[in-house]
Amino acid sequence: MSVNASPERDYLFIDDMPVEIAGEKNLLELIRKAGVKLPTFCYHSELSIYGACRMCMVENQWGEMEAACSSPPRPGARIRTNTERLRKYRKMILELLLANHCRDCVTCRNNKKCKLQDLAESFNIPGVRFPNTALTPKIDDSSLCVTRDQNKCILCGDCVRMCNEVQAVGAIDFAHRGAKMTVSAAFDRPLADSPCVGCGQCGAVCPTGAIVVRDDTDKVWRFLNDAGVKVTAQIAPAVRVAVGKAFGLPGGENAMGLIVAALRRLGFDEIYDTAVGADLTVLEEANELLGRLERAAATDAGGGPGDQDGTGAGSGPLFTSCCPAWVNYCERNYPELLPHVSSCRSPMQMLAAVARERDSVSSRRLAHVAVMPCAAKKFEAAREEFKIDGVPLVDCVITTQELIRMIREAGIVFSELEPEAVDYPLGARTGAGVIFGVAGGVTEAVLRRLAADKSRAALLTVAYQGVRGLSGVKEATIKVGEREIRIGMVSGLGNAAALIGRIKAGERYDFVEVMACPGGCVSGGGQPYARQPEKAERAKGLYAIDQVSHLRRSEENPLMMSLYNGVLRGRVKELLHVRYGGGQAYAGGQGAGRKGEAEV
Amino acid sequence: MLNSRTALWEEREACQNALARERQKILVCAGTGCVAGGALEIYDRLVTLLRERGVACDAELKPEGLGGERPVGVKKSGCHGFCEMGPLVLIEPENYLYTKVKPADCEEIVARTVLAGEHCARLAYQKQGRIYPRQEDIPFYHKQTRLALEHCGRIDATSIREYLGIGGYAAFEKALFEMTPAAVIKEVGDANLRGRGGGGFPTGRKWTQVRNQRSGRKYIVCNGDEGDPGAFMDRSIMEGDPHRVLEGMLIAGLACGAGEGYIYVRAEYPLAVSRLRAAIEQAEEYGLLGENILGAGFSFHLRISRGAGAFVCGEGSALTASIEGKRGMPRVKPPRTVEHGLFDQPTVLNNVETFANVPLIIQRGAAWYRGIGPENSPGTKAFALTGNIENTGLIEVPMGTSLREVVFDVGGGMRGGGEFKAVQIGGPSGGCLTEADLDLPLDFDSLKKAGAMIGSGGLVVMDNHTCMVEIARFFMRFTQNESCGKCVPCREGTKRMLAILERIVAGEGQEGDIDLLLELADTISATALCGLGKTAALPVISTVTRFRAEYEAHIREKRCPAGSCQKLKRISVDPALCKGCGKCARICPVGAISGKAREPYRIDGGKCVKCGACEAACPFGAIREG
Repeated sequence: MSVNASPERDYLFIDDMPVEIAGEKNLLELIRKAGVKLPTFCYHSELSIYGACRMCMVENQWGEMEAACSSPPRPGARIRTNTERLRKYRKMILELLLANHCRDCVTCRNNKKCKLQDLAESFNIPGVRFPNTALTPKIDDSSLCVTRDQNKCILCGDCVRMCNEVQAVGAIDFAHRGAKMTVSAAFDRPLADSPCVGCGQCGAVCPTGAIVVRDDTDKVWRFLNDAGVKVTAQIAPAVRVAVGKAFGLPGGENAMGLIVAALRRLGFDEIYDTAVGADLTVLEEANELLGRLERAAATDAGGGPGDQDGTGAGSGPLFTSCCPAWVNYCERNYPELLPHVSSCRSPMQMLAAVARERDSVSSRRLAHVAVMPCAAKKFEAAREEFKIDGVPLVDCVITTQELIRMIREAGIVFSELEPEAVDYPLGARTGAGVIFGVAGGVTEAVLRRLAADKSRAALLTVAYQGVRGLSGVKEATIKVGEREIRIGMVSGLGNAAALIGRIKAGERYDFVEVMACPGGCVSGGGQPYARQPEKAERAKGLYAIDQVSHLRRSEENPLMMSLYNGVLRGRVKELLHVRYGGGQAYAGGQGAGRKGEAEV
Repeated sequence: MLNSRTALWEEREACQNALARERQKILVCAGTGCVAGGALEIYDRLVTLLRERGVACDAELKPEGLGGERPVGVKKSGCHGFCEMGPLVLIEPENYLYTKVKPADCEEIVARTVLAGEHCARLAYQKQGRIYPRQEDIPFYHKQTRLALEHCGRIDATSIREYLGIGGYAAFEKALFEMTPAAVIKEVGDANLRGRGGGGFPTGRKWTQVRNQRSGRKYIVCNGDEGDPGAFMDRSIMEGDPHRVLEGMLIAGLACGAGEGYIYVRAEYPLAVSRLRAAIEQAEEYGLLGENILGAGFSFHLRISRGAGAFVCGEGSALTASIEGKRGMPRVKPPRTVEHGLFDQPTVLNNVETFANVPLIIQRGAAWYRGIGPENSPGTKAFALTGNIENTGLIEVPMGTSLREVVFDVGGGMRGGGEFKAVQIGGPSGGCLTEADLDLPLDFDSLKKAGAMIGSGGLVVMDNHTCMVEIARFFMRFTQNESCGKCVPCREGTKRMLAILERIVAGEGQEGDIDLLLELADTISATALCGLGKTAALPVISTVTRFRAEYEAHIREKRCPAGSCQKLKRISVDPALCKGCGKCARICPVGAISGKAREPYRIDGGKCVKCGACEAACPFGAIREG
C-alpha cells in the first residue's frame, strides 16, 4: 500500500463517510478510527495479522467480501461494514463457534469478560441450530501459573502468536488439522513439561476462558479464616494502578489506600508494600553493577582476559533479575548467561525474607500472601531457592484479578472504602520503588542511585534519558563517574532474545533490564484484561505516584538504614541474594552454564 | 558435463543417433497404475527373454558406435493413458498397443512381434468384435491432442539421454542463447498460457510480476501437490516426463531471474519423487542444472520438497509454508506469493502441467499455441477420467472440447450400459455437470459460468446408480478432513455441513436441512480465508441446484432415488410370491426374517442390515429392494 499524496485520493468511504487514510496498516484500523467497532477475535495490533475469525469481513462497492484486518486501505474504496449479508455471516460464524463451545458461562472464570459471550449478546444470537459438540472439559492445570481448558478454545490463535512472536517462548502451537485442530504444547504434553515460562501473556490475549491465570484464592481464604494464622500481605507496585477500573474508578488511578482498606476488611493482619523490596533491590543491584564495573576497569587496566573488546566494558552486561518469567526464560534458553543475571532476589522475595525475619518471634503460624500483577510469581514463590526448611517465604501469590474477585466475593463496596495506610515500617517506600511496575522503571531507579548529582533536576535528567515509555526496546547511555555505561531495556521476551543475539554478536551493553511482559508489570499476565491505552494509563499512574512521593531515591529511604543495621546485618547475602541453579525449571535439571564469574 | 552449446548439440546428436539405431522399441508403461498391475515384472521378463533369445537389447540408451546388430530398446515409459486396459506395452515403430499384458504373455510378444514382426491380435484392444492393432486406431486416442503428455509413453522416463534424443532441452537452449528474459515472458504471455492448477491465472502475468520484483533472491516453485480424489495428471507427467518439468522450471528461472527452485511433491507419489530425483541428478551431471549452465552464465538449483499429503498444501501460501518447515496453513493475502512467497522472497508458483507446457510454447511459438483451443483458454488440458466410464485413464484434449466428446468419444461412454447422470469436475472444489451441460466446452471461463471449475482436471463420471447427496457427502467429508482448521467458516462450517449431509443419507434428514446447508454454503463461500474454503461448498451447491428433488426424496420420503444409500434401502418380501420356504430366514445373518412355513415371511426393518443375502437366496424372486 502506498499513500498517495493527491488530496482527493487519500480518502476512502466507510459507510458513506469519507475517512482519511493516514498510514493505517489495514482497513480494520481505519474503520475503528471512523468510530465503527468492528467485531474481531483474532486481531491484536501487537500481534501479526492472522485473519482466521472472519468476523471483520466488510463489503466493498462491488459486493465483494474482504477481511478488514488483512486488507490494505485503498483510496476511493467504498466500504460497508454493516450490510444484511455481513450481519448474516457474522451471526453464522458466532453460531458455529457457539455450537462447539461448552456455554457454561455462569461458572466460567471469564464470565462477563468473554469476547464470545459479548459478541453473542451484541449480535442477538437467538439460538444454536447445531447439536452441541463441545468436548468434556479438557483441563491442563499442570502449570503453577496458568490453567488451560481446551474446550473453551475458539482457535483464534492469539495465544500461539503471543507465545511465539512476542515472547519467543514457543511453548504452544497448533496441532492437528480441520475440526480436530487444537492448541497444544509439543506432543500434547502438559504445560508444566513445556518450555512455558509462566508469563501468562497467552491468557492476557485469550478472548474466552480457555487460558486463565491459575486461581489460588481458596488457599488465601483458608489462611484468612484460620484464627491461628497471622496473615500478612504485600502489594506490588503495578497492582495499585490496575484494580480501580474494575470498580468504576478511572483507569490508572492509584488505589493503594483502598486496596489496603479492602485487605484489612478481608482479614489480613499486616499489609506491606512490595516497593520496599524494590528499594532494597535498587541498592543491591546498583552495588552489584558498580562492583562489576570496577572489576572490569581493573581487568582493563591489567589487560586481563576479562576485557573482550578493549573498550574496558568488562565481561558482559548485568541482567536484572526481578522478573520471574525472564529468569525462567534465561534458565531454559540461555543457561550460559545465568552468571550475568543479577544475584538479587526479586523485590517480592527480598521483602518476604525481611518480613519473615521480623516476624520470627510471632506466636501464631505465619502466612504471607503476595498480591502481584504476575502469573510467573506463582512459580517463583514455589521455587526451592525461596524455601526455608521446605516452607516458602511467600505462601501464596494471588494476582490482581484474583484480588478483585476476593473483594467482590466478600461483598466489599470498593469505591466506598476510606483509604488506609500500609503497615509501618514495611510500607515506607520511595518513588523509585514504585516505578518498578513499568518497563524501564528498574533502570531509572538504579540510575537515580548511581547518579552523583542528587538534585531534583538530576531526577528529570534521568527520566528523559530514554528510560520511559512502553516501547519494547529502549536504550540509554549514561555517564557514571568517568564511565559511559550503555543500558538496554527490553520488555517482551522476543525483544530480550533479539538483544541477547546482538550481545552475543559482540554488541556491548553494561546493564540490561528485562521485563517478560510487553511494557512491564503494568501489562502483567495477572492484570485485568487491557488494551494498549489502558496499559499506558497504568504506567502514567505509577509515574504520578513517584512524582508526589517525598522520597524518590531508594538510598534516601530511612527504613533501608534501619534494615541494614537490623535484620540484614551480616545477612545481606543470605536474605537478599540468590543463585539460580538453572536446574529447577528444567525437568531434566540442566545446571550447566555456570562459569566461575564472581558475583556480589 | 556439457559446458557449452556446442557440447549440448553434440550430445543431443549422439542421443538421436542412438535412438535411431534401435530397430524396435518396446515401451512398457511404468506409470503407477501399470506398475501396480505388474508392469515391472513384464519389463524384466521381456529383457530376460530377449537376452535368452540372443536379441541385442538396450535396457538403457547406450552411446552409439557399438557396431553389430541394431538393438531392440526396452523401456520403462511414462503413462500411456489408457489405464483401464493396463498393463500396457507399446511396440514401435509398428505402434502396436498390447493391453492387459501379463508376464506370461511376454514369450508370445518376443516370439511373434519382435522376432517374426507379427501382430498379436489376442493382446490388442478389442471392442464390439473389432480389433484395433495400432494405438492411433483406438477411439480412446482419436480425439486426444497430447502435448503436455506427448512424451509420456513414448520415451524411457528415467533417461535424460532419451529426452535429449527427442529434442529435449532445446526450448531451454533457445531461451538461454537466443532470447532475452523479456522475450521469453512475452512468448508465454502471448500464448496466454493459463495456470493448469485450477485457477487459470495467466502465467505470463505472474512471471512478469516476479521479474519486476527487486530482490536478489527469487524462487521458482512447482506445485506437484495434486490432491483431488481421482486426479493423477500431474503425477503422470512427473513420472513419465520429469525432464519436461525441469525444463519448464529452468525457463521460468531464466525468465524471472530466479536461481533456485523447489518441486513440491506429495510423499504419496514415491515413483514421481524418485523419477524427479533421478532426473535432477542426471541434469546436474549433464550440467543442465547447477552453476553457469552451458557456460552461459545462468545458474539454477533445484530441490525436491516432499509434502505429507495435506490437500491444503496445494494452496500457494500453505505450500510455501510447508517447504519452509512450518505448519501448512494458508495465510492472508496480500502480500501475494509473487511478492512475498517462499522464504519471504518473490516466487513463481506454477503447477506441473503448466511448466510442462512451457517448453512447447518456447519451441513452437505463441501463435502456434494459440491455434489450439479457444481464444481465452488456449492449449490443451489433461484430465483424469474416472468413475462409471468405459475407458478410465489419463487423457489430454484441446481446451474447449465438449464434455460429450470427452465422456462418450474418448471415454467410450458409460460402463456397463449405465445411463449418464453427472460429471464431477474439479474434485472437491468443483461442481457437478449434468446431461444439460454435455455440450459445454471444457475451458476455464465456460465452466466457471456453469458453477463448476476445471480444477486440476479430475473428471468423475457418474451413472444413474450414483446418489448425488452421497457424492456431496463424500466430497464434504474430504474437504472437512483436509481443512487446515485455521478460519472459522471452513473449520466449523464444513463440519456442520458434513453432519447434515450424513444425517440426510442416513434417513434422518429434517425439514429445513437444505436451507441450512445453503446458508452454511453461502457463509463459507463468502468468508473463508483461502481457496479451499471458498470452494468447499461447491459440490453441495451444485448438487442441490441440479438435484434438489433427490435431496428432498431423502429428507421427506426417506428414500434414495438412486438406490445407493445403504441406510435407506428397504428390503421386503412380496407376499404374493413368497412360498414360505424359510431359506431367507436361515441365511439372514442378523435374524431379521421370521415367519411360518408355507406362509409369507416378513423382514423386520429395524434389524435388517440390508446385506442382500436373502434377496440372493430367495428361489422365487419374492424379496426385493424398494
